[in-house]
Amino acid sequence: MANLKTTFSDIGVMTKRNLLHYRRLPQLIIFSFIQPVMFVLLFAYVFGGAIETSSGKYINFLLPGILVQTILFGAMMTGVSLANDITKGMIDRFRSLPMARSAVLAGRTITEMIRNIFVVVLMTAVGYLIGFRIEHGWGNFGFAVLFIALVGFAFSWVSAAIGLWVKNVETAQSAGFIWVFPLAFASSIFVPIETMSGGVRTFAEHNPITYMVNTVRALSLGTPVGNNIWYALIWVGAILAVFIPVAVHIYRKNT
Amino acid sequence: MATNQLRQYITEARKSGMSNQDIIEALTKSGWHVHDIIDIVVDFPPKETGAAVISVRNVSKHFGKVKALDGVTLDIPSGQVIALLGPNGAGKTTLVRILGTLSQPTEGTVTIAGLDVVKDAQELRAIIGLTGQYAAVDEILSGRENLDMVGQLYHLPIEEACKRTIELLKEFDLEDAADRSVKTYSGGMRRRLDLAASLVIRPKVLFLDEPTTGLDPRSRLVMWNVIRDLVQGGTTVLLTTQYMEEADQLAHHIFVIDHGKIIAQGTSDELKRQVGGDVLELHLAEHKQVSQAAELIKSFGSAEPRFDSNTGIVTMSVQGGATVLVDVVRQLDTANVKISDVILRRPSLDDVFIKLTGHSAQ
Ligand SMILES: Nc1ncnc2c1ncn2[C@@H]1O[C@H](COP(=O)(O)OP(=O)(O)OP(=O)(O)O)[C@@H](O)[C@H]1O
Ligand SMILES: [Mg+2]
Repeated sequence: MANLKTTFSDIGVMTKRNLLHYRRLPQLIIFSFIQPVMFVLLFAYVFGGAIETSSGKYINFLLPGILVQTILFGAMMTGVSLANDITKGMIDRFRSLPMARSAVLAGRTITEMIRNIFVVVLMTAVGYLIGFRIEHGWGNFGFAVLFIALVGFAFSWVSAAIGLWVKNVETAQSAGFIWVFPLAFASSIFVPIETMSGGVRTFAEHNPITYMVNTVRALSLGTPVGNNIWYALIWVGAILAVFIPVAVHIYRKNT
Repeated sequence: MATNQLRQYITEARKSGMSNQDIIEALTKSGWHVHDIIDIVVDFPPKETGAAVISVRNVSKHFGKVKALDGVTLDIPSGQVIALLGPNGAGKTTLVRILGTLSQPTEGTVTIAGLDVVKDAQELRAIIGLTGQYAAVDEILSGRENLDMVGQLYHLPIEEACKRTIELLKEFDLEDAADRSVKTYSGGMRRRLDLAASLVIRPKVLFLDEPTTGLDPRSRLVMWNVIRDLVQGGTTVLLTTQYMEEADQLAHHIFVIDHGKIIAQGTSDELKRQVGGDVLELHLAEHKQVSQAAELIKSFGSAEPRFDSNTGIVTMSVQGGATVLVDVVRQLDTANVKISDVILRRPSLDDVFIKLTGHSAQ
């Protein structure tokens, strides 16, 4: 009986439910926000002087990277929330209802996308307070925010698959760090890749996060974007093409 | 559309090659409630009545090497309370999850109201309710928000969902707590909310996995009354329980399950008759004398006596009631075993259970 209209309605109901959680427990958002703020302050003031970048002020280099890092770390929330829903029996409840199968996962990843946009805007405001400036126009920065939201949506599905697979909040959390940490630190988020050496540099050069960060940097600072945006979009497409079916499959079979 | 017109419509629709699912969808769009039409559509052309509403055929479920269910076959008529009685790990939850479309059998088939739990799962979900062993309610939302959400996921129009929520909150005595976060609810309140969530659409068949575990005696009575009312209203209820008394009080028919197999079935009286005779229960003054006492009275019983040195109780099935009682007491007196209490009673379901499985249910 699942037609398009009821599917959208189910996704809407699920998204509303998830957003209500954030409204009732604003600390969930506050913590996903404090951590990147700390990173900004730490890197800008502690390492800022020591790091040479070609694009002028270090904070201008750093903030676009931090925005991507924020949504990457934030993606872990998707898996953790789903694992929590499994533990609490909510997923069983949903699976016993005549709702669209995809609605639980779509509602969750859409919620995380909305949260990401909110946090990215807040982070930009904080950046402005400590000297970050958009140098390529607000229009392009708007595109950057949408691009970040899309990247976050893709990583949400990776996290969803992991959360559904491990079915346990703590494991989902530690499993999240395993893939998030190397991706975040061996990339162009904090320092220019030219300062790295050996295997780390090779990894960083091919790290999807690097392409994504370079794209956001180009959109906010006006540095040349090159092929970064295409590689980034290919990665986003590939992640979605692999992890949506995987997550949906695990949701159907394994919970 | 009256029932006759409905039948005509279904005949036409069938002829034009529409599947049951299409027909139900078309009818719900034109304002029918799934609940009112599903029988007519599924049983069309109508068969003779009295058919089983749930039919489980040779169902097994394996988790790796564990056979949680091992060839279960059972038929459940409509409009009754059916109890699935079994100890921890018997396979009760596994069977209920299969019936509730949450998990699929490794082997065998299950149909409910003519719909297959695997192939027709989505249609089935619109007519069944399931309350799991642990309350599945959203802790952060309020009771009202929980029920509204479930109503909307059943695709009720939003005003209707809200109206139903208000009815249910009242029925389950949750009005005062309706707008509080479920986190602040007691265990009993959560269970009631969980059950209410399964009743949003007035299901034809309701599955309850240990509905009263963890409830105080008063809440348990409330739950029993709710279940009786539902059955009065035509719902078929299948519940699992570890409590003999619950099965005794509520169920029209009991299936005893152990190690994934149905080992007995019947009404409570039929099951008790299998034990035969009476049960003699001796409470000893000196708990450690139980094995000695059991040895002394063995020859009077119709089965081996059982004893528990923690409670100092020896139980034994006997034929011939009072005469045996006198003999047993005399025998123990001679051997200087002091008795603090003697009870001669009809067999309980617990006795049935022990006879069937060789161990107690609890
Ligand atoms: N997902 C699973 N993976 C592996 N084994 C399982 C799984 N679910 C159930 N089992 C096993 O299947 C058997 C039956 O379990 P089930 O939960 O159905 O029992 P139950 O009768 O509901 O017991 P209880 O009274 O404790 O709730 C047990 O041995 C259990 O360990
Ligand atoms: Mg169980």
